[in-house]
Parts: sequence; structure tokens; C-alpha cells
Amino acid sequence: MKAQALPAVELTRVSKNFDAVQAVRELSLTIQKGELLTLLGPSGCGKTTLLNMIAGFDVPSGGSIVIDGRDVTAVPPYRRETGMVFQSYALFPHMNVFENVAFGLRMRKMAKLGIERAVGRALEMVKLEGFASRRVGQLSGGQQQRVALARAIVIGPKVLLLDEPLSALDKNLRRAMQLELRELHERTGLTTVFVTHDQEEALGLSDRIVVMSRGEIQQVAAPLELYRSPANGFVASFIGEINRLPPARCRIEGDEAVFEIAGHVVLRARRREKLTIAEGQETHLFVRPEHLTIATSKSSAQNKVSCRVTTHLYQGAYTLTRVDAGPLGNLQLRALGGEAIAAAPIGSQIEIDIDLDEAVILAG
Amino acid sequence: MSARLARGLRASLFWGAVALILVYMTIPAFVVLMTSVSPSELLEFPPSGFSFRWYERAFSYPDFQNAFVNGLIVTAFASSLSLLIGSAFAYLVDRYVFAGRAALEAVLASPLIIPHFTTGFGFLLLGADLGLGQSYAVVIATHVVLTLPFVSRTVYVSLRNLDPALERAATNLGASPFEVLKRVTLPLLRPGMVGGWLLAAILSLTEFTASLYVTAQRTQTLPVAMYTYVREYTDPTIAAISALLIIFTTALMLLANRCLGLRRILAIDVH
Repeated sequence: MKAQALPAVELTRVSKNFDAVQAVRELSLTIQKGELLTLLGPSGCGKTTLLNMIAGFDVPSGGSIVIDGRDVTAVPPYRRETGMVFQSYALFPHMNVFENVAFGLRMRKMAKLGIERAVGRALEMVKLEGFASRRVGQLSGGQQQRVALARAIVIGPKVLLLDEPLSALDKNLRRAMQLELRELHERTGLTTVFVTHDQEEALGLSDRIVVMSRGEIQQVAAPLELYRSPANGFVASFIGEINRLPPARCRIEGDEAVFEIAGHVVLRARRREKLTIAEGQETHLFVRPEHLTIATSKSSAQNKVSCRVTTHLYQGAYTLTRVDAGPLGNLQLRALGGEAIAAAPIGSQIEIDIDLDEAVILAG
Repeated sequence: MSARLARGLRASLFWGAVALILVYMTIPAFVVLMTSVSPSELLEFPPSGFSFRWYERAFSYPDFQNAFVNGLIVTAFASSLSLLIGSAFAYLVDRYVFAGRAALEAVLASPLIIPHFTTGFGFLLLGADLGLGQSYAVVIATHVVLTLPFVSRTVYVSLRNLDPALERAATNLGASPFEVLKRVTLPLLRPGMVGGWLLAAILSLTEFTASLYVTAQRTQTLPVAMYTYVREYTDPTIAAISALLIIFTTALMLLANRCLGLRRILAIDVH
């Protein structure tokens, strides 16, 4: 990331109301130059509205938007110098690939020779050399996607806006395009805002992720930090899979935090510096499936819980095992490979270890 | 095996029914076409021989010649005006929410409800009052009203089928609202607009009821001239000119179909 003094986009207390619905509420956010920032959230969280406000298609009900040092809150979309890739690609069906990519340059009154050179470079960048004279209808979904990208980057936008551009592709192609998008971003260094509801996509692509819900920011963080220390219950359960344990009472015993759940289950964790929970306070524990393991007779872990195996979901690289842990409810374990299926048959009574060192602990 | 037999039976029943409907729908035109090649002096069906003599008469009859040219003049102006007004209405209804939008839609559809007879009669009275008589202007005005619902509907369907993201994409790339209209919206609406124009032309060329009121000898269109002819003569010339009109409008219909597909002309599918 090439952090520079001047931010690429600055949103200050931006709101958007549609009739009675508040799609975005007093949201402030600074997007650094050159970073790939993802707006992530469930549908209806306001992420697309936010993107449309940056592009200028939606006018904010309040607040201001500054792009590259210039207040564009009242500037129409065609003078904002943003490059957008739409979910439906929105390639002009009456133009061929070249004309599509050249459109923005023609609007900028660039000379013919310059246009040809720039379009050629852009098509090369998205690996579509030789496709210039193709009709849009003759292209596959992935190719249309690349044309849409080329069309947006060729104008050298101040910020590249991607509105769920991969959601129409099938799973394998999607993975390949994610890698390409990331590589393209490294090559161009364009400030990019990416909208998605797919948390895996967000984790894989982003420099920073903005998790949104109901028009508000829940957390802004780098993928790793977001996954390991979510700021609240919403982020914890939205990013990756996680087990939410029933509410617990916490007390401190020496250098251990002790959690009492449902009256009699006791779990222990090493005390952490960042943990700011008072004695006796109600707390919520979130544990990732990979931090639950089937206990062997030799293991000396302190958080053993007995439970009954209900299902196995074999996924190739790993297996998801669902267990009924009585007062702790249903829990999910993730174990590498498929050994768990034979080791803990469905219906069998087993013991599991709950590793709380990596658990997310939030005050109720 | 019996299942296959049943399937075969069902298929033949289905296609039999389709054939019957086709015959039923085209039989009047077929009778006229056959009568038109009859050598007899009188209208007869089935014809007793084969001759093109009535076609020669149809072509050389001055009233038909004039009426055909009149029809072309009226159609050219009426369809074009109808396209202009209909497109503007369609755009308004599609893009803007305003008070009275529903009322506007109802007005646009009203020629489907008001009998052509009434429209023609109304324009006759109005034309007389304004001192325009039965001039081209009045005929054209009448035809515009009659074709408007079809044209506006066709353009409206094309507008609905236009992905709004396309206009946004153009805007995002730096195109002003006028440039967007010029380079994206209008080019993409063109098939719908050409189809709408052709549809209006077909309706205008074959319109009779209202035209009977608003045309005079000097401005009469082909269907009116044909009606006048039948009242005086009973030879197969009328069948021949009918056949020619059918062929001409069929050609236009095929052209319209090529431009946007019959389904969309008739505005069946909006998705």
C-alpha cells in the first residue's frame, strides 16, 4: 500500500434516505490512495448506496464527499472521474469491444491515435488482446467482465468502483477473476472500492474491509485483524464461520479468565492485556470451528466438553463436524482431512477441546 | 409403446387444431386472392379460370392510383408524427413519476376504446369548424390519434427492456445527459422505434372507418376508394386491389418483424 498524505476519497457524515428508509446513516470513512477497500455486508446494508453516492448516482441527503481533494458532493456523475464496473457489466450492446473501451476516451475528446494506443494497452492489461473487433454478444461472462474492467480503467479514474462484479460468474471462474483483480490492482495501483456480500471474496482481495450493517459501519480493519478480532457480535458472525456460545459470567483467577456458562460449564482462558471485562460481567464467547478439536485420551486441555456427533460435512481439504454439546448448544468443528468421520461416527459420544486462546470475547 | 402412441395422437391433435385455426384466420384473404384471378366479369368464387386482367384494371384505375398516393402521403406524415409524440410520451411514462401519470396512460390507450367511427366523426366536425374541411391535415391528425397507442406502447416496451445500468455506465464514463441520449439510449431504442413506425404505417394504410369521415374525393385513402368502387361496380377489380393491399402490408409487417420481432410489436413480452 502506497499511503500518501492526501486521501483518495473522504466521506464525512454521509447519509442517504429513501423516503422513510435510512439506507446510510452519518457515515464517515477515509479511503487511502492506492488501497483496495471492500464494502462488505448483507444485502440492504447500504454498501451499494454508498458506492452509488461516490459515483454520483445517488445524491446524499446529508454530509460531504471529497474525491482527490475536491468536494464533489454536488458534482454530477459524468464529471467525477470515477470508473465503475457494474454487476451486469453494462457493456454497450451496439458497440464492439474497442468502441466500448474507447467510449470514455471519446467523451474526453482524446485524439484518435491516443485512443487506439490507450485501448490497446487496456485490453492487454486485462488479457484481451485481439478481441477489439469482437461484438459484445460473442463474449463469455468472464470476457465481458474484463471488457468492463478495461473500459473503467482506461480513463485513469481517480477511484475504481466495483459493484459486485464477480457475482454473476460461476465459482471456479470467480476464484480466477479474484486473483486477476488482485494482480491488476498491484499493476495499476488504482484506488479501488469493491462492493461484495461474499466475505471470502472480501478477505481474499482487500487491503482493508469495511463491514456494514443497516447503513452503519460496524468495523474497518485489515482482513487478518477482522477475522481474529471482530469488534462486535455482528462482525464475528458475519466474517467466516464461528460458534456463538451462550452468555457467560466471567471472573478472574490469577492469570486466567474463567467463564461460567449455563450455571455449570466452566471454560478457562489465559488472561489477555486487551481484555477489558469486569468481574461478574456477562460476556459472549465466539469460537472458530478450527479452534474446536476432538479430544484424545492423552490431551491435557483444560476445556473438555462432552457432546454427541450429529453430522459430518466432508469438504475435501477439511471436514465440518456438527456436535450437540448439551448446555453449550450445537457447535461446529473443523478438522483437516477426513479422519474425523471414522474417528467420531455419527451418534457417538465424544469429548472436545475448546481452545479459547484465539476466541473472541465480547462484553455483553 | 402405448405411451408413445398416445403421445403421437396428442401431437397430431395439437397440430390439427393449429392447422384449423390457421385456415380459419386466413380463409377470407384466400377467397379474395382466388377471386382476384378470375377471368369472369362478375365476382365469383371459386374462379372459373385464371387471368391477371383485373390487376391491370386495378393498376390503371385513376381513383386507386390517386388514393394510393394519398395513403402514402398520409401514412408518411401520420406515422412519423405518431412516432415522435408516442416516443415522448413513452419516455415520460417510463422515466418520470408525476401526478396524472395514470391518467396520461389512460388517454394514450383511449383510441383502443373509442370507436374509430367516433374519432373520425369528431375530427370531421372539428375540421369543418376550423375551416380545414377534409384536408390532409385533418386526415393526418386522425391517423396520428389512431396509431398513437400502438407506437407509444412499442417504444415503451423497448425502454423497459433497456438495462438502466447502460445509461449509468455511459454517464460514469463522462457522457453528459445529452450524450447519453444520443450515443446509448436512442441507438438502443432504434429497432423499437422503426418497428413502431412500420406498425403505425400498416394501421394507417389500411384504416377505413375513421378515414371514411375525414377524407374527401381529393384526399381519400385506398380503403375509402375501394369502398366507393364496390358501391358502383361488381367486377373482381376490387378483389385484385385487395390482394395488392394485403401483399403490400404483409411486406411491411415482415419488415417490422425483422426490426423488433412480432412479439414486441404486439407488446406481449415486457421483462
